[in-house]
This record gives sequence, C-alpha cells and structure tokens, in this order.
Amino acid sequence: MAEKPRTPGFETLAIHAGASPDPATGARSTPIYQTTAYVFDDVDHAASLFNLQTYGYIYSRLTNPTVSVLEERVAALEGGRGAIAVASGHAAQMLAFFSFMEPGDQFLASNKLYGGSITQFGRSFKKFGWECVFVDADDPENFRRALTPRCKAIFVETLSNPTGVVVDLERIAGIAHEAGLLFIVDNTMASPWLCRPMRWGADLVIHSTTKFLSGHGNAMGGVVVDSGRFDWAQNDKFASLTQPEPAYHGLRFYETFGDLALTVHGHAVGLRDLGATMAPLNAFLTITGIETLPLRMERHVQNAQQVAEQLASHPAVSWVAYAGLPSNPYHALARKYLPKGAGSVFTFGVKGGYDAGVALVEGVELFSHLANVGDTRSLIIHPASTTHRQLTEEQQIAAGAGPDVVRLSIGIESVADIIADLDQALNKTKRA
Amino acid sequence: MDHDQYADEYLRRILSSVRTIAMVGASEHWNRPSFFAMKYLQDKGYRVIPVNPQAKGGEILGETVYRTLAEVPVKIDMVDIFRRAEAVPEILDEAIALGAKVVWMQLGVRHDEAARKAEAAGLTVVMNRCPKIEYSRLNGELAWSGVNTGIISSKRRKL
Repeated sequence: MAEKPRTPGFETLAIHAGASPDPATGARSTPIYQTTAYVFDDVDHAASLFNLQTYGYIYSRLTNPTVSVLEERVAALEGGRGAIAVASGHAAQMLAFFSFMEPGDQFLASNKLYGGSITQFGRSFKKFGWECVFVDADDPENFRRALTPRCKAIFVETLSNPTGVVVDLERIAGIAHEAGLLFIVDNTMASPWLCRPMRWGADLVIHSTTKFLSGHGNAMGGVVVDSGRFDWAQNDKFASLTQPEPAYHGLRFYETFGDLALTVHGHAVGLRDLGATMAPLNAFLTITGIETLPLRMERHVQNAQQVAEQLASHPAVSWVAYAGLPSNPYHALARKYLPKGAGSVFTFGVKGGYDAGVALVEGVELFSHLANVGDTRSLIIHPASTTHRQLTEEQQIAAGAGPDVVRLSIGIESVADIIADLDQALNKTKRA
Repeated sequence: MDHDQYADEYLRRILSSVRTIAMVGASEHWNRPSFFAMKYLQDKGYRVIPVNPQAKGGEILGETVYRTLAEVPVKIDMVDIFRRAEAVPEILDEAIALGAKVVWMQLGVRHDEAARKAEAAGLTVVMNRCPKIEYSRLNGELAWSGVNTGIISSKRRKL
C-alpha cells in the first residue's frame, strides 16, 4: 500500500521531534511553560486526570509542556516509545531502577562505569535494599556467570567515562534477554548520533542530558527512554508494572497502557514520589542544544581523533586510551558500535606522574579545568588531584585515575588551537 | 494488508469517519482498561455502546449494556474488541452480519485469520492497538506524557 509510514532522518528528528508550533499561540520556538499547576475544566475532568483516564497536565512535578517536548525529542532520537525527563543523569538512574526494583532485588553492572554511578549503585542504592553486583564487562559471559534468581537487570555504558571502555552491547543484551532481564544502557558519552543502543537490544536507555545532548554546559538534566519492546509479563520479576497499583485503585500499568506502561509509570509514580523533576528552563536549553547535536558530534569526534593521534606521538605523553586509535583494545568494538567516531572524551598518561598532571591542568589556557564533559568547550581534569583525591593511590589506579592520568573532553573549537594549547601546557610539565 | 504497522492516515481516516462504537467486553469497573477507553472516547464525542455477555442489564457511563452485538438497537460504525483472541472470530461474524464498517482489536488482541475474513467482507481492520492511545497520539495529546508520537509537523495543531 502507498501509505507505508515514512521515517524522518536523524537530523530532521533532532530539530522537529516533539516540537510542532505551540497550539495555543503558534510560537515556533518551544515556549518555556514556567508554571507549577494547570486548571481543571470541572470536577469530572479533574477526576479523569487523577485516574489517568485522560491526558493532560495536573502539576509540573509530574508533567510540563516544555519538558514533554524534550522527552519526545530524545525518545525519537533513540528510537524509543517514550521517555521521562528528570533533574539529572543520577536522577534518571534512580527513577529507572525505582520503576521495578524492590528491597532484596539485585542487578548486575559493568565495573567500569562513571565513578559517580559506581558510588550511587554500590553505596546509596544499598539503603533501599537494592544490591548491585559489579562485573568485568570485557568478557560478556561474566554477566551470565553472575546471574542469580534475585537478579532483575543488567546495566552498562555504551562508552564508559573516563576509561573509554566499549562494551559488546549485542552479546550482553542476548544474555539479559535469555534470563528474562531488562537491559539498561547509559548512552551519555556516545549520544544517539554515535550509537543507538536499542538497535542492539537495549530495553531502556539513560542519558545525562547535561553532556552532549544539551551540549553547551548550561543545563542539568537526565532522561530515561523506554523501547516499549520489553515484555513485563514474561516472568514475575516486574510486579510494579504487571500487578495492581494500590495508589491508583488497583490499576495495572502494563495491561492498561501496553507498550507505554513504563513511560506512564515513570511520570505517574516515579516523578510523583521521587520528585526529581526537570526545570522547564533546563528542558528549553536542552531542546535548543539538541537541534545541533549531529553537527556538533561530527566535529567533536573529528577533533578528538586528531588530538588523540597527536598526543600518541607526543614526547611528554606515555599512553593514550582512545578507542578511535587502531592500537586500542576496544577499537574493534568501537568500529561496530560507534562507526562514526569513538566519542570525544578520553584519558592519557602524562610523563612525570602526579606533579606533571597538576602542572598540565594549571598550564592550559584554552582548555577549562573543571569536572564536566560534553561541552562545546574543551575541558581538562586531573582526577588524582580532584575527583579521586580522597582515594589511596592503589584505589586511584584501580579506578583508572592513577597519578599520571589526565582526562580530556574535546570541544568544537579550531582543532589547531586545541592541539597547540595542549602542546604548550605539556611542554611546561617537563619543568615540573 | 500489513497489520504489523499502520500508517497514520489509515488510523486517522477510521477515527474521523466512525461515530458510534460498540465496545465488546466493556467493564463496569472504573479501573479496567475498557472503562478508560470508553470514558475517553465519550469525551471526544463518540457514542460508545457497551456490550458484555455477562451483563445483567444496567448501565456503564450512562449507556445501557447489551449482552450481544445483535441486541444493540442502533446502527454501529465500529466494533471495538476487549476480549481474548479466541473470542474474536464469533464477534467478527456478528460484526459482518450487522454491517459494521470497522473492527478494532485492542492491545494484545490479534486474530489474522478472522481479520482476513472481515476484510474480504469489506470491513476495515485494526489489531493490537488502542483507539484511545491512537486518537491521543494523532491529535498530539499523548506527547503530554512523554510519548514518542512519530508526528513531525510545522503546522499549528488545532486545540
């Protein structure tokens, strides 16, 4: 038939998904709906809204028109069914696990995650009775070996921060699904332009939108995207979605909302009770940032590749861990999962150890010395003297943050200027 | 006819052409999915007539409940099925006999053989979808809860 649905390209979605002109005013740019609450037409309308029987806005802790545009935008870019935007990437992880974990439950995660996630999963989640078992993801079979009947999900990062590890998404997805588990992928460091994990079997994708999606280092945010493909009723592990919800008079989310179950649950229960709502202004800034995501990512990875190659042959540098370099152990996985480029965040070792690392971050003039990644600006940090300074040297090395490690987030400035700034600062380290 | 995916135009045409819907398997319990769908479709201006073989008279949302499609005293444009797939062939035979133009099977309900028979009799068929969800997706309301509607448009939506 001639009515075959046409799928718009990524660049079109990055600009238009979720953002038709404002129905109330015709405003073409998405308005910032800076309001806490919304009037009801009458008591019956209010009752229908509270019963989830009709769609509409009640209170901005749950939903807000500006935030909704961002949710649809990211869901479209990841190829998901729906999304829930929240205040930060950490809030996104909290909400994702909250939607199905119960006290005593377990999940498996790669042991080479962003350090903040290791702390959140390993320490704070314990307070809810959720146990995270960390596994070396270099061998996907390690996940199968670690499975227990209490296990509900497997969590990995597409491209991990800061160690630059690329995981075998397709194989790990297979192991998760064979066991009836949810496969969750943090895609922050790749962005959907470099990798769409749902294509390889991810059920949920998580982002810190603070990074490449927003892209300008000006707005905190996180998002959980649901593929809508996971069968919540295939076993008895996901009772919060399949069994009656007492706070909604016995409504069953999966039965009532089908493939929208998690998206509705994430707002109606997750945001209602966790309260980590994204501010409308942050949603607006992030929507605006996403419009140029494809162009920015193209330049980010092009610059990162050149900087990594330059550093690899620099006399003051002992090693470079960038999966875009053919000598990197993750190069083959990067070519499969990140064919357009291996991201723009990586680490390298500076000769001279701790003191040289300090001299480098203090000697840069274009790079900004701060604790963030995925900005238009080039960023630098020496973990051993900042983010990881409370650890012993052994712990630092185990975390990939030894005394000589420097992390870069390559921006989209002129690449010659980026390289020149690193070169002049590296030359200062020889005197350190 | 491909029943794995439907073009937006196909669904839009159905939802804008039907006015009276017989809902087979309608429940009187407010927390059941059929009640949600019925209430929503009523709000959007459709007349929804509940049909339930277990019903012992009475009303749901102001409409009399009938035990079979044949008992419904008004002309039906669309039959919306909230029953297990096994019950579908019999319901479709009734729908064909009544001259309904559309049969719509809810999320999780699909019966390809019965669908082919209905299509051969000139009916339009939708399976494994919810008219409430599709209506709200097509008019933009679903985006209110973060759903990827698949709609890309530079036109201002009618309120």
